Amino acid sequence: MYNKRFIIPGLVIFVLFVTFPLWFNAFSTASPVPKPELPPGGEKECVAPASEMRDRHMVLLNEWRDGVLRDGERDVITVGGKQYRKGLQMACMQCHTSKEKFCDTCHDYTSVNPFCWDCHLTPEEAALKKETH
Amino acid sequence: MDKQRRKFLKVAGATALAGISAPAVVKLTSSPAIASSGHDAATGHEAPGDAHKAAPHGAEEAPKGVRLGLVVDMRKFYGKPELLDKAIAACNKVHNVPQIDNKKSEIKWVWKAPFENVFPEHSSSHSSKIRKENDFLVMCNHCDEPPCVRVCPTQATYRLPNGIVAMDFHRCIGCRFCMMGCPYGARSFNWENPRPYIKEYNPDFPSRMRGVVEKCNFCGERIALGKEPACLEAVKESGAIVFGDLNDPGSEICEVLDKENTIQRKPSLGTKPSVFYIV
Repeated sequence: MYNKRFIIPGLVIFVLFVTFPLWFNAFSTASPVPKPELPPGGEKECVAPASEMRDRHMVLLNEWRDGVLRDGERDVITVGGKQYRKGLQMACMQCHTSKEKFCDTCHDYTSVNPFCWDCHLTPEEAALKKETH
Repeated sequence: MDKQRRKFLKVAGATALAGISAPAVVKLTSSPAIASSGHDAATGHEAPGDAHKAAPHGAEEAPKGVRLGLVVDMRKFYGKPELLDKAIAACNKVHNVPQIDNKKSEIKWVWKAPFENVFPEHSSSHSSKIRKENDFLVMCNHCDEPPCVRVCPTQATYRLPNGIVAMDFHRCIGCRFCMMGCPYGARSFNWENPRPYIKEYNPDFPSRMRGVVEKCNFCGERIALGKEPACLEAVKESGAIVFGDLNDPGSEICEVLDKENTIQRKPSLGTKPSVFYIV
């Protein structure tokens, strides 16, 4: 091989450069895997198992939305003996009382920007009650 | 060659004649069926659209299912503007309706307006003092034939089986066709973020965002819980608003409608409003 002493170090540098994001993240603590806060009220049960909720919560929310708004399926859901009305504000946020500590942890990590909260009130926002302007 | 042309013209003429007369023949042979469905719905024509079209003008169709409606007894509101305000404030609070002090941006679910604006078809030159001096309670009419629903390109607004013309704010793209379609001005557009203008939040109901249209929803979310509409509840003791199923002859609202002389807004448009007024 001609120019061995240039090509091999060059290749090594190239591979290191291309895989930079992988090994940088492996050694750094810049973006740890998110740990969403479990319900502060101590509820252990959700409407579906955690793994399913992790994958499908957005689908479930869409199904609830269409059911409530269009198909008249406003029936309550019972989880762990407690009854909830279908809805982000009326079911989810009753246990997961902080949007910032629950929803945002993963959404920020994965850079997802759902527009739920443009209309829906976070418990924090709703608690403000009186706004001044 | 000559013979062939002759034959061709014959065939062409016969085909043209058959084509022209076919619609007439079809119409003649099928006319008894149409006539019978008009007079007697039980003769077998059960297609939902059919009975609708064949119903004679002005006649009541056989009611099917639930159709929610509302009667505003204006006699109980005359001279009591504070009662109107009470009903309006109750709605605003329950639905997180922003209070924007600007004619262009204001959001209205239930509001009040003078007689000639509410009933332009009923206005006359020498109207009574009561009409001139009082405002009338106005809201979405939840029409049986809602023009807003027909023009909505995303089906963000739709008619529910119980007669409520509902909105899905998630789907609204803010094109405002429905505002053009609604002959009652019952819809408002959020020109800006409404949140700073909401004085008190109802945590059970969302707010809206900039760029969507909103309107009265007949308190669909409260009815689902077995409650009454917020405006009715606020003026309950006066009995000025009656709410119920227009298709149930035994309901309170039907008794009122049977007994009293009621009018609707702009009836000539054929939207069939579900809100009635006793003036």
